[in-house]
Amino acid sequence: MAGRNRLPRGGRVDRSKSVSIAFNGRTLAGFAGDTVASLLIAHDIHFVGRSFKYHRPRGFLSHGSDEPNALLSVDRGPGKIDPNNRATVAEAREGLVTHSQNHWPSLDFDVGAINDVLSPVFVAGFYYKTFMWPRRFWDSVYEPKIRAAAGLGRAPTEPDADRYANRHAHCDVLVVGAGPAGLAAALAASETGKRIFLADEQAEMGGTLLHDRTSMIDGKPAQDWVAEALAELRARGNVTLLPRTTAFGYYNHNHIALAERITDHLADAPAHMPRERLWQIRAAEVVLATGAHERPLVFADNDRPGILLAESVRAFINRYAVAPGRRIVFVTNGASAYAAALDAADAGLDVTLVDIRPEGDCGPELAALRAKGVTALTGHTVLAATGTRRVTGLAVAPVSPEGKIGARKILAADCVGMSGGWTPSVHLFSQSRGKLRFDPALDAFVPDQPVQATRSAGAANGRYDLSEILAEGFAAGSAAAGDSATRTFAATPTPTGFLPVRALPTDADPARIKAFIDFQNDVTAKDIHLAVREGFESVEHVKRYTTTGMATDQGKSSNMNALGLVAGILDKPLPTVGTTTFRPPYTPVTFGTLIGPSRDALFDPARKTPIHGWAEEQGARFEDVGLWKRAWYFPRGDEDMREAVARECAAVREHVGIFDASTLGKIEVVGPDAAEFMNRIYVNGWLKLEPGRCRYGLMLKEDGYILDDGVVARLAPDRFHVTTTTGGAPRVLAHMEDYLQTEWPELEVFLTSTTEQFAVIAVQGPKARDLIAPLVTGIDLANDAFPHMAVRTGFICGVPTRLFRVSFTGELGFEINVPADYGRAIWEAIFARGAAFGLTPYGTEAMHVLRAERGFVIIGQETDGTVTPDDLGLGGMIARTKPDFVGKRSLARPDLVAPGRKQLVGILADDPTLLLDEGAQIVADRDQPIPIHALGHVTSSYWSPACDRSIALALVESGRARIGSEVFVTTPSSFTKATVTAPSFFDAEGKRVHA
Amino acid sequence: MLEIAKEAARAAALDPDAATPAIAPMPPATRFALRMRPETATEIGSVAGFQLDLPINRASLGPRLAARLGPNEWLLIAEDGETEAIEAEIASALGERFHALVDISHRNVGLSVRGAQAADMLNAGCPLDLSTDALPAGSATRTLLGKAEIVLIHEDDAPTYRVECWRSFAPYVHGFLQEAARDFDGG
Repeated sequence: MAGRNRLPRGGRVDRSKSVSIAFNGRTLAGFAGDTVASLLIAHDIHFVGRSFKYHRPRGFLSHGSDEPNALLSVDRGPGKIDPNNRATVAEAREGLVTHSQNHWPSLDFDVGAINDVLSPVFVAGFYYKTFMWPRRFWDSVYEPKIRAAAGLGRAPTEPDADRYANRHAHCDVLVVGAGPAGLAAALAASETGKRIFLADEQAEMGGTLLHDRTSMIDGKPAQDWVAEALAELRARGNVTLLPRTTAFGYYNHNHIALAERITDHLADAPAHMPRERLWQIRAAEVVLATGAHERPLVFADNDRPGILLAESVRAFINRYAVAPGRRIVFVTNGASAYAAALDAADAGLDVTLVDIRPEGDCGPELAALRAKGVTALTGHTVLAATGTRRVTGLAVAPVSPEGKIGARKILAADCVGMSGGWTPSVHLFSQSRGKLRFDPALDAFVPDQPVQATRSAGAANGRYDLSEILAEGFAAGSAAAGDSATRTFAATPTPTGFLPVRALPTDADPARIKAFIDFQNDVTAKDIHLAVREGFESVEHVKRYTTTGMATDQGKSSNMNALGLVAGILDKPLPTVGTTTFRPPYTPVTFGTLIGPSRDALFDPARKTPIHGWAEEQGARFEDVGLWKRAWYFPRGDEDMREAVARECAAVREHVGIFDASTLGKIEVVGPDAAEFMNRIYVNGWLKLEPGRCRYGLMLKEDGYILDDGVVARLAPDRFHVTTTTGGAPRVLAHMEDYLQTEWPELEVFLTSTTEQFAVIAVQGPKARDLIAPLVTGIDLANDAFPHMAVRTGFICGVPTRLFRVSFTGELGFEINVPADYGRAIWEAIFARGAAFGLTPYGTEAMHVLRAERGFVIIGQETDGTVTPDDLGLGGMIARTKPDFVGKRSLARPDLVAPGRKQLVGILADDPTLLLDEGAQIVADRDQPIPIHALGHVTSSYWSPACDRSIALALVESGRARIGSEVFVTTPSSFTKATVTAPSFFDAEGKRVHA
Repeated sequence: MLEIAKEAARAAALDPDAATPAIAPMPPATRFALRMRPETATEIGSVAGFQLDLPINRASLGPRLAARLGPNEWLLIAEDGETEAIEAEIASALGERFHALVDISHRNVGLSVRGAQAADMLNAGCPLDLSTDALPAGSATRTLLGKAEIVLIHEDDAPTYRVECWRSFAPYVHGFLQEAARDFDGG
């Protein structure tokens, strides 16, 4: 049974294919082509949800994407449940499970409906006024309670089981909207052979023509014209049609974001197909044929289920062949609703029409309707709707031109179609930064001058007559494609007479009625009055105070009514009150669509070194350093981190350790001016560095603060192998390129990133040389031939290597650079020899401890973008004789040479077992009055196996002068006493590296 | 020395067996970043079989592929194992002319993307216009694929594209393309 309100004939539903869906546990049958809304209406179900604030019964207001009321939770299976689906947009398909929202315990009996009775309390801004005190109640009581009561729908609890896709595309003309204007535009544009995209949010293209039974275009019924136009477009190879695709964001350079819904309407979608696809289209030209939204009328209890927009009543009857009611009263202030009334009468329904306009202001549509035998009351207002869970009638009364209300009478009705006029859908045009112009005749804002290569056509441009819409669409499409073709279309004239009204005249006390402006956020005319009375005059303020237009429907049905009401109360011309700015998205977009494939393994590139797999097999724990995964430590058995790190550190100091340093940034600096370039980029001097030698380099930003550091090898007079920090690699290369290209283009030098060309294996410890010696050929490893801070090229296991003798641990050490694909084999060859030497793999944590014991700094740990070389005690590295280098002038700034700067020191807590917190504040006197003056903070803090105690590095005001003095360091509960030391705790003379 | 070299097995960033007809990791190759002033390239035309006097964003294809990625930047790709030979050839051909030649054979990983859906798969993450008018066969450009930087070379109208990325980005780039391919074959 397809529902008792299913009309016996007509509509675009496929009566040969039945579908059934569940609503609140009831299984209901319908046809393919139904939306959830039309299917429910077929079964005479209008009451489908409770409103946001007052929990009032609500039904369908519209038939499209502007729907504010009928928001359902839709369940497509595990992990595929989401709330707030508009029933008027969701397509009915076999097995769909839907539920109403915002009620407890049930839709029919809802405790929250008490809010409707208490509404005098819940006026605009009520919680700012109500929950003022006691102050401490805000955090503990008010806010949690308000948050629990607020919100619409339940967020899904399971991870989304669907996949989502992303696609970039380019075209010459993008047409948004496939109603009459959009179809005509696409036809015209595609005649040129250029690439055309036509996107429409609905399942079927054709827009309003899909529910137009009577209009003729060029001698054909409108729906036949649509079918022929679509067949023609499909036949053209240069046209891409995107149905079910909402253009929701209009960004710079005609970059349009669209959401395509691919599988939601399929009962048996193949698992591999994405649920939705985000299209990012860059169009040379855009035609916006986005149509218009109908406005509700503002009268008491205009939100009762069964009260719909007039055009939506027409769409449900004509397109879906369902009767929203058997006894329908249309209420209107313009001509467009007459078409709906005529169609309803033709469908055999009992129809009455109430027109606010005086008889004399009505056009020929009035006589046409009466000729059909339909009762039409002109010059009448609606005082209120009756009924609660379903409209039962309308109280109407004549209203004189002076506004005097006559005797009321009740018109019985089970459905009301209201029309307050039309608002062009200028959302995308506004997003494109185009300015709007107020057209008083239309009582609406229409597109004015565009800012981007865009043009609006049809109802979106304030054009409502069908032949005008078609002609304007055609001309816009042709112009967008660079042509100037025009066409006239012979179409049935569209009556467009219209008298703007705000809230309908009433004899009731306006403070005692609820006449809704914003249905989704439950904002009434009374709320707007209150806001204006309290001094809010700009619509931007009224909007925020009352929340009108701020729901997910972005006020598509409510904005103009709110604006008009504010202007009316203030007695100002409407444009001076302003219009709100439209922002993406046009309609709600799923997070999945925005994210696309960027989840799980594709969330971010997980950069792994060639040796990563080995570390993984050894049970290493990893840490993230930028996008890199670095081996953090290698626990054995049930060691915890501190035990593992202590063992790894001890192995390096006593025997030998092996460490994956592949992530270090590497830049090859090549050219005759390479040394000069290095001289300008770094603080140190490079001209005298001989090929085969290394130097620790420090570079500054223009402001004199340290940017990065690293060991640099000179491979040849014109070739340097620069290393940077892991995280700093891209930054440093960009910094170097910036100066090379913009400041020193005359220098003959080129930069190439070689970070990933090499795997880097650090072998560190007293036995390092003995361990690698048999594997290395072509390099004399003897201490005299290959001293500390030297570089040689040769072979290891037959693989070419750049072998550095460098140390970041304070031990004798080598860093073996080999082509990346050989990294793991060389690592394993070294490891295979290691057992006899006590070789131990160590991770980044042990590396940090070992360097801190020696007082070597880490960029980003001891530095924070405000630290100079001298602050770190590295002032001696600055080549004073160099005429210039990046940051040199800044180092002479008064504040950089002023006494009292924070300097790098060591900190030893009096309690050697106490590990200070990194970031802990350091003070001279714990008893000084608050605010206590902080001297600085701890930058690094570790347990040092070599010292058998805790150690810390810190930046402390005039730190070097304080060495030996006592300070206090904050702990989570208090202060602890500590002593300032030199920033080196082990082998202070640095002899071990020369072993 | 050669005996030891055999012990050091080469391990590619991507499993060569993970190839599908549409997306295939490419075998190891010799690669160089070659930099020189534009006028030098005009003067010498080609070097070591690599044609350099190309418009920007064009590539000369073949066993010695040269892609001009910028006014003074070329990506050279040749068969694996030719590093030393090519280095010597280029050095003797260029002599004292200012240039920088850097071996990046292991820095990059190549992927071949081909078939009727190749452009759509790439457009899942690449914002460029890949139509043959905008990017005809023989085009080469640095661009993005999702969150990774790539070099995209349109080799022929099969169509075949070569995607080059840095080694540690290869699993991401490969995974991204495989995910995009699911739209078409149900992969």
